[in-house]
Amino acid sequence: MSTRLPNAGRLLNRSKAVEFTFNGKRLKGFEGDTLGAALLANDQMMVGRSFKYHRPRGIIASGAEEPNALVNMGQDGRFEPNQRVTTTELFDGLTATSQNHWPSLEFDVGVANNYVARFLPAGFYYKTFMAPRAAWKHVFEPIIRQSAGLGKAPKDRDADRYEHFYAYVDVMVIGGGIAGLQAAKAAGDSGAKVLLVEQTRHWGGRAPVDGAKIDGKPADEWITETLAALAAMDNVSVRTRTMGSGVYDHGYVLAYEQVADHTPGDGRPRHRLWRVRAKQIVTATGAIERPLSFAGNDIPGVMLAGAVRDYAINWGVSVGDRSVVVTNNDDAYRTAITLKEAGLDIPVIIDARAEANGDLPNQARALGIRIETGKAIAKVKGGKRVTGVAICQQAGEGAVLEEIACDSVAMSGGWSPVVHLWSHCGGKLIWDTEQAHFRPDADRSPTGADGAAFVVPAGIANGAMGTADVLVDADKAGKAAAKAAGFTAKRTAAPKAVQVDEAALSPVWIMPQGAGPKARMKMWLDYQNDVKVSDVQLAAREGYESVEHTKRYTTLGMATDQGKLSNINGLAILADSLNADIPQVGTTTFRPPYTPISMGAIAGEARGEIFQPLRKTPIHGWHEKNGVYWEPVGHWRRPYCFQRSGESVEQAVHREVKNTRENLGLLDASTLGKLVVTGPDAGRFLDMMYTNMMSNLKVGKCRYGLMCSENGFLSDDGVVARIDEDTWLCHTTSGGADRIHAWMEEWLQTEWWDWKVYVANLTEQFAQIAVVGPNARKVLEKLGGMDVSKEALAFMEWNEGKIGGFDARVYRISFSGELSYEISVPASQGRAFWDALHEVGAEFGAMAYGTEALHIMRAEKGFIMIGDETDGTIIPQDLGLNWALSKKKEDYLGKRAQQRSHMTDPNRWKLVGLETLDGSVLPDGAYAIAPGNNDNAQRNMVGRVTSTYHSPTLNRGIAMGLVLHGPDRMGEVIEFGKTDQTMVKAKIVDPVFYDKDGEKQNV
Amino acid sequence: MLTLDCPYCGVAAEETELHGGGEAHLKRFGPASSDEDFEGYLFMRENPKGVNFERWRHVNGCGKWFHAARCTMTLEVFGTYSAQTTEPPKALLAKIKKKRPQWPGYGAEK
Ligand SMILES: [Zn+2]
Repeated sequence: MSTRLPNAGRLLNRSKAVEFTFNGKRLKGFEGDTLGAALLANDQMMVGRSFKYHRPRGIIASGAEEPNALVNMGQDGRFEPNQRVTTTELFDGLTATSQNHWPSLEFDVGVANNYVARFLPAGFYYKTFMAPRAAWKHVFEPIIRQSAGLGKAPKDRDADRYEHFYAYVDVMVIGGGIAGLQAAKAAGDSGAKVLLVEQTRHWGGRAPVDGAKIDGKPADEWITETLAALAAMDNVSVRTRTMGSGVYDHGYVLAYEQVADHTPGDGRPRHRLWRVRAKQIVTATGAIERPLSFAGNDIPGVMLAGAVRDYAINWGVSVGDRSVVVTNNDDAYRTAITLKEAGLDIPVIIDARAEANGDLPNQARALGIRIETGKAIAKVKGGKRVTGVAICQQAGEGAVLEEIACDSVAMSGGWSPVVHLWSHCGGKLIWDTEQAHFRPDADRSPTGADGAAFVVPAGIANGAMGTADVLVDADKAGKAAAKAAGFTAKRTAAPKAVQVDEAALSPVWIMPQGAGPKARMKMWLDYQNDVKVSDVQLAAREGYESVEHTKRYTTLGMATDQGKLSNINGLAILADSLNADIPQVGTTTFRPPYTPISMGAIAGEARGEIFQPLRKTPIHGWHEKNGVYWEPVGHWRRPYCFQRSGESVEQAVHREVKNTRENLGLLDASTLGKLVVTGPDAGRFLDMMYTNMMSNLKVGKCRYGLMCSENGFLSDDGVVARIDEDTWLCHTTSGGADRIHAWMEEWLQTEWWDWKVYVANLTEQFAQIAVVGPNARKVLEKLGGMDVSKEALAFMEWNEGKIGGFDARVYRISFSGELSYEISVPASQGRAFWDALHEVGAEFGAMAYGTEALHIMRAEKGFIMIGDETDGTIIPQDLGLNWALSKKKEDYLGKRAQQRSHMTDPNRWKLVGLETLDGSVLPDGAYAIAPGNNDNAQRNMVGRVTSTYHSPTLNRGIAMGLVLHGPDRMGEVIEFGKTDQTMVKAKIVDPVFYDKDGEKQNV
Repeated sequence: MLTLDCPYCGVAAEETELHGGGEAHLKRFGPASSDEDFEGYLFMRENPKGVNFERWRHVNGCGKWFHAARCTMTLEVFGTYSAQTTEPPKALLAKIKKKRPQWPGYGAEK
């Protein structure tokens, strides 16, 4: 069993007990524990089920590389799945539950997958998709949905808050082991601004666990002193619980700080995302131990040797009473020695190498530990917990020599530098044959904006394996980074450490060498995604030669641990199957984040009301108080309609249309884009921007204009008013002001930069109110001021002056077909003017209306709407707007494109009105169906609905649509398909349904 | 995430402040142009592995368009310059050639 050792645990505060629950069971730990350490101390080795086969899985590692031990953490608004117990700090009241099993951890139905494992080989999903569709829908999917998936998705709103920090530094050091500390010290000594981050809550990494001595002192002492030295430097900041998550272009780094995961609800932000710009980055990210591939290497109780040592020394936890150590290197002997010295039983050390005569093996021998060289594990025995191992020759095929009882297995296949952050931005790797790992190739570093290297690897992350080498390398890295950032490093010597002489490892990718197919089906490479040696071999046999393809086919390395343990082992198996060298096969791409980071941290403060800015018109407050039903338009909120008590949205809209047509409607049109274009070349410029001629517009007149892209497609429309000789005011659509402003700027800055034109966006400087309906003139005359009679201000004219004491520009334009004045006043007068119109207009039936009434009235008049009748593929000619295309002009944006053969094709669908025979409302976007099928065996289609409404004025459904040869087919009846598979008949008619001669607007 | 020096306001602008505008120094073809010229202007774009000239706008800054010469492989920035020019400055071209002797030169691949 696993249990707590007396008087051990360098990271524990034994005087502070902590209570937590796992699957509802109350358990005890200490301050300083990780959840993983505390679970092991309570003999909770098994913590979950594997993804595919639902095999029992235990804790295997002690840090970020852990693939198995993922749990659901917390409850309600703080519930989060897939939390790694090895990196979760224990706190009082922590609640965790195991995941990926049903109905319980101990008894799981999905484990049946384990017995049909041979039916779930590599590429299972791809192969299954090929099966009959019916089988997928009725057999496979329900089973997979029931049993697959890691953890549960949270249901409640996140109770925590998150924030972003920005930092600009000369040197960022990632990793707070002895290498990171020394690199930060060396860089800091030069005066460079340094930020040092460490993902765990403690400094020094593995050195204290490995018993390193630095400058004649125990590692712990040196770490404390170095931290004190760093704290004394104003130019150095250090941060624990902060993981270097990703390295990006030009020295950009994202770091993820777990501020309050261990103190939930204390008011601090839970996570912080650091957005750092560093001149130089030192990656002192350490190394990760590789598992060994032997049959049953996933049974709970089989752990990494380094992790077993970590639990004993850091947290005073013995993972088993009798531990077999299996290795291909000297380092694992440290684990055997540590456990033996703690009074635990080491029945045997199984060493795959022919001999083991280094300092550490000899030390183990001196302690009386049995060492078997040239041996391997043929098989691990046990189900939910290791009960023993069978030993065989490493060189053979697995004939069992002896069985040894044990309750844990500590394995080591050697150490691989953590090269993720080095690789994120293009750093290349080199294969180190001696250590059998990839390490950074210093000659092919990621390069920055100036073309020079900006990442320096340090310590074991750079392949420096012994303590002495690590410190020398890290010192060099810190100085090199400072120098590259423009500082002069101090001429100091690196700290000295005693280097333990370690013999070379022997690369062992499969154990034993000649293991048969049955054994290879029980050798796990990727624990989290259940990928075995046999799967990678099958992929190779099926022709997957590229490592990137094999990864996707087998899902090797695609789990949330991103293959931290499985990468090199899987690669080696693939290379062996392909008879290729490992470097020839290469690695898969390392992508950020290094370990998963929370969505909350990515969002930061940008959630809820401040997710994006909300734009409010000067009249917004009135709308809020008068039953508004909002519609988002870009960043604006516009009233869709104003509901009165007891009224549905539809009823409100119909009331607003009716009142506007019969009495007086008031519309807040302030969101309308207002761009002023001025200068000696403004007319010439607008002739290019618009399809119409704008240069010949007379001062005091208005003209409706169209704008197209260079592709010829309609992009915006609006009324242009000529203000004076050099100045035009261009109205754009509500959502389009910024885009059209940028569009004008682009042409002025990059094509016609010698034209004398200035453009300003005055959208927010003015409130604009449409005064619409038969009584529109009456209310303005009652307010008094400017002469708004037909004679003084005709249709499509504008004038400037006072209305009811307000500074007004009055445009006689109409989007409804009624007598209409659009009046703009300075934004600061907007609300008062709106109130005055209501007050004075009361006797004329003044009533506010919203965007839906606006849309219905424009559709009744056959006016197009950008975004309804247009979708980025529509040219003005499709909409019967040829009258707005100037024939006098040689050029305008989009003109050349409109001459292309596809654009002049007579078979382009054209705009018409549509009237259902039964008076119903056509479904939006419905297609008109014609007999026969097209080349893709789909029904032929001859048109589609672009706008469709119930017209309260006509009391029937009206629609506009694009129809093949539509304008030539007036009166013809065509059929539109509905989503309920029925058809509806509609007659092709003129798109102008109301007041065809325009008499009402022209009074 | 790139940083580019805006030649107008002098700010070392980060990519979140910028908006990419595609290939630089396109020549506009209008109504009198041939189908081939117009197709080239509207659709055909260089996509070099290496030195590239492109348009950027300092959209969340001074609002000005400018040009950048950049390596699409290493993201090295050779320089930024005014938008009001139809070709890259001679001095910049010389600088790139010095750094990348194998580079065939501006327009050589067209
Ligand atoms: Zn700028």
